[in-house]
Order: sequence, then structure tokens, then C-alpha cells
Amino acid sequence: MSAASLWARRATLLVGFVFLYAPIVILAVMSFNASRLVSVWGGFSTKWYAALLENEQLLRSAKISLAAALTSAAIATLLGLFAAIALARFGCFRTRMLFFGAVHAPLVLPEVVLGLALLTCFVALGVGRGFVTLVIGHVTLTMCFTTVAILAAMRDCDPALEEAAMDLGATPPEAFVRVALPQIAPAVITAYLLAFTLSLDDLIIASFATGPGATTLPMRIYSQVRLGVSPQINAISTLLLALVAVALGLAALVSYWRARRNLQAVKTAAPTPNNAS
Amino acid sequence: MSARRKLSLGERLVIAAPYLWIGAFFLAPMLLVAKISVSQSVLARPPYRPIFEFSDSLADIWSKAQNFTLDSYRALVSDTLYVESYLSSLTIAAISTLITLIVAYPFALAMARAPERMRPILIGLAAAPFWTSFLIRVYAWIALLKDEGLINNALIALGVISAPLQMFATPGAVVVGIVYSYLPFMLLPLYAALERQNPSLREAAADLGASPAQVFLRVTLPLSREGIIAGALLVFIPAVGEFVIPDLLGGSETLMIGRTLWNDFFSNHDWPAASAAAIALVALLLIPLLLWERARLREEERAQ
Repeated sequence: MSAASLWARRATLLVGFVFLYAPIVILAVMSFNASRLVSVWGGFSTKWYAALLENEQLLRSAKISLAAALTSAAIATLLGLFAAIALARFGCFRTRMLFFGAVHAPLVLPEVVLGLALLTCFVALGVGRGFVTLVIGHVTLTMCFTTVAILAAMRDCDPALEEAAMDLGATPPEAFVRVALPQIAPAVITAYLLAFTLSLDDLIIASFATGPGATTLPMRIYSQVRLGVSPQINAISTLLLALVAVALGLAALVSYWRARRNLQAVKTAAPTPNNAS
Repeated sequence: MSARRKLSLGERLVIAAPYLWIGAFFLAPMLLVAKISVSQSVLARPPYRPIFEFSDSLADIWSKAQNFTLDSYRALVSDTLYVESYLSSLTIAAISTLITLIVAYPFALAMARAPERMRPILIGLAAAPFWTSFLIRVYAWIALLKDEGLINNALIALGVISAPLQMFATPGAVVVGIVYSYLPFMLLPLYAALERQNPSLREAAADLGASPAQVFLRVTLPLSREGIIAGALLVFIPAVGEFVIPDLLGGSETLMIGRTLWNDFFSNHDWPAASAAAIALVALLLIPLLLWERARLREEERAQ
């Protein structure tokens, strides 16, 4: 490869990553700005973070969002696991097409449409809207994502292994739990995290599905943002971004560490002249 | 594929949970929306006159069915607000998809051609924003695009412009927001398609006398078609129904169907109109998906 194309490639990557990250970094920097104005740097200050701690409305909403995300992600992962098992292992059962379509439809459906459908349903059933309806809405939204994530892993894992376990006397649930589940465990964890982040971030479904008692954090942020840029919102955004950054960093470290351990295991299993000494 | 088979009791139990959930909270509500879309709008709570209820006798259903109306659908076609919302949603989504593709292609290419040990890090960095809050990423652009925002201030300080450019609250701001927010969705399928390509194909083309531009246009680009189509759909479909981006970055005159629908529902309490708009939107989005599915099936047939 020529030097010119090497530099062109590096420049492209640089520009691309600056575009992706600059707005987020600027937002984080501005959260430490003592001045209320975006365009004026009034010195370094953490006063907006201190103000957050006294904003009880915001803290209560953060708790509601967190609780809804933990609960709905758990239900969505379990339902997604069942749906993925059915799609990967049950062959061509009757109504498979309908099942497949219905499970995947919310992926391409605009969130406004799903929210509208859920709200009309809750009103028709006479259900009071609140935390429970919020969780129902988020499970419905995130279940298709968990199904897709787990289904991909199920397809990669060989059904012959489960069949072998069953030939050796395991019942089908045993064979699944002891043979397939360990193989798809990373995908199940990813599915849970995906559902968790989607629920934590969702504004649209929550606005339709929740009631006055359970206003979520994105709904609070949204109503503040509509009034303009606010340093407190910058501060809470930075905290949320930092949380994601730490979580992603840990995930990267874990996968790096696992890859190294696997490599080590391979090396010890098949020693080459280089490291045999 | 094996023939259709009956499920055992255990298998039925496994499938029942997701099936019931989807039926109760997705299929039934969608049918309800379809029902409301053909009902009359009334000032009540809920603000529509039901076509029928499950407790009705047959005679009741028949008499109420007289209330069946396509008014909401007629209004969709005749009301300029709706027609303009649909058209401008499609236009903005199409322009944004094209720009996202133009921005993402060289980026994905540079990642796919990077040294192999660098690639996982690069792809991780490109995918990471997907895990951060969508709302926050859109919000970050307000501070950049405003009249007294950072881009205008920087341009004035550099002497490029003397008065601030109006960028915030324009359709252009919505396009920027969509390109920025959906870039990872375009990047990942493009990268996957480009990384799979065998480099010896390019070398062979070059050995046979093709210029770098020819190699790109006749080898690299056609081979990445699947990635382009997948990425374009992943950006275009959610962009059409987008609500947050036009609401935060667009001006009041930037119409998009997701926003019109939201306002009809929450501010005007016109449920039949909002429901009809929702049904029409779903129908509209199914078209590109069905075309894609057909093209994919045809490709598979040809491959056999």
C-alpha cells in the first residue's frame, strides 16, 4: 500500500471519529462551565452537579427509569430467549411465519406507532397508566432486539450437541440448560444490556405508556431540553455518558482478557518450539 | 427445511410466553388502532366512538357498524398538513440516508483496510455511540447549531462570516441530526460487507490494468451492494418515523409525520386521525421492506 493512501486512510478515520465524538465531548466539557451560557467559558465549576443532587424530581425520575429498565430488560430477555429457542429449534411449526413476523415487527415499526397502539390498548382495557404499563411498553419495544441477539447465537450453536446430550439420557430442558445455554450465555448478557440501555433511553414509548406518577428520566430531560440548553441537563447527560463509557470499557477489558486466556490455553495445549522452553 | 410438524407440550409452553405477550401487547393493540382509524372522532374520553365492543350482541355490532367511516383516511389525502408531512418525511429521510451513505462509505472503507489488529478497536469505537443515549446525542447538537452556538461563534471568530448563520430550527439541522444519530447503523453493515471482500480481487483488477478509480467502481462498490442496501434501510426506515430529531432540531415549519402524529394525538386529541396516519405510515414503510425481501429471494434463487 502506498504512503499516500495510508495517510488518506488515517485522515478519514480521524475526521470520522471527530465527527462521532466531538459533540459528546463538547457537551461533557460544557457541563463543567461555570457560566450558564453556551458560548461563554466562565471557568471550571462542578456547581451543576451539586445542583443535580438537590433536584429531587430529577432523582426520583432517575430511580423510576432505572427500576423500569432493570425489570423490563429481565422480562424481555427471558421472552426473547423463549422466542429464539422456538425459532431456532422447533423447525417449521404451524404459524411460524406469523410468529417470526410478529416478533420482528417492532424492529421496523416507528416508535410513535407502537406507543400509540399501546396507549389506545391501555385506555380500551381501562388500565390506569403508571409503572406497570411503562414496563409492559418497554418489554414490547425491546423484546424484538433481545430475540434477534439471542437468535443469532442460537444459530451458531450446533443442535447436534444437544441431541447427543439427549441420547445420553438428558431431558430436553436439561440438554438446553447444560449444553446450549453456556454457549449462548454471552449473547444473553448482551441482549439484557441492550434491552436495559434501550429502556433507559426511551422517550417515545414512555410518553405514551406511563402515567403521571411515573415520569421517566428521558421525559424530564426532554421537557427541559425543549426550553433550551441547560447546564444541569449537561451535567446529568455527562453522568449518563460516563456510565456507558465505564461499562463499555469494562466489557472491552473482559473480552480482551478472555481472548488472551483462550490464546494462552491454546498455546499450552499445543506447545510450539518457541514457547516450549 | 423439514415438513410442518406438531409441537410437543413442552415446546408449546416455551412458545406460549412470547406468543401471548406479542398477541396481547402488539397484535391486539395494532388491530385496535386499525379499528379506531375507521371510527368517528368525538369529544369524549376516549375521544372516538367505538365501532364495536367485545360485549356487544350481533345486532349492536350491526347498528354500530353504520358508524364506520373512512373520514380519517380521506382527511389524510385532502389535509395538506398530512400530505406535506408525509412528503417532507420521505424527502428528509431520503436526503439524510444518501448523506449518511456518503459520509459512512470512506469511513467504513478506512476501517476495513486498517491493520487487522486495529479493526476490533476501531469497530468498537464506531459502535460505542449506539450505546449512549439517543436523546443526549441529539441534544448535544443544539449547543453546536444555535445562532449563538459554538459553530457560529467559531466561524465569526475566524472571520469566515460576520453574522451568525441560521442553522438551528431548519430542515438542514434535522438532516445533520439524522446523519449523526444513525451513522453507526450505516457504518456497521458497510464495514461487514467491505471487510469480507477478498483483497486479491482488487489486486487482480489492478494487475489487469484498472486504475484505482476503476477498481473501486467496478470491484469494491458492486461487491458492497448488500451492505449499502442494509445500511440504507436501517437509516431510512427509522428516519421516516423520527420524532425526537425534528422536534428538537427542526423549526416549527419542519413537518415530519412522526411529529404531526404526536401532536394530533397529544394536543388535538384526534385519535382517529392519528390512528389513520399511523396505519398509513406502516403501509408506507412496508413497501421498501417487501421490495428488499423480494430482491433477496430472487438473489437466492439465482444462486441455486
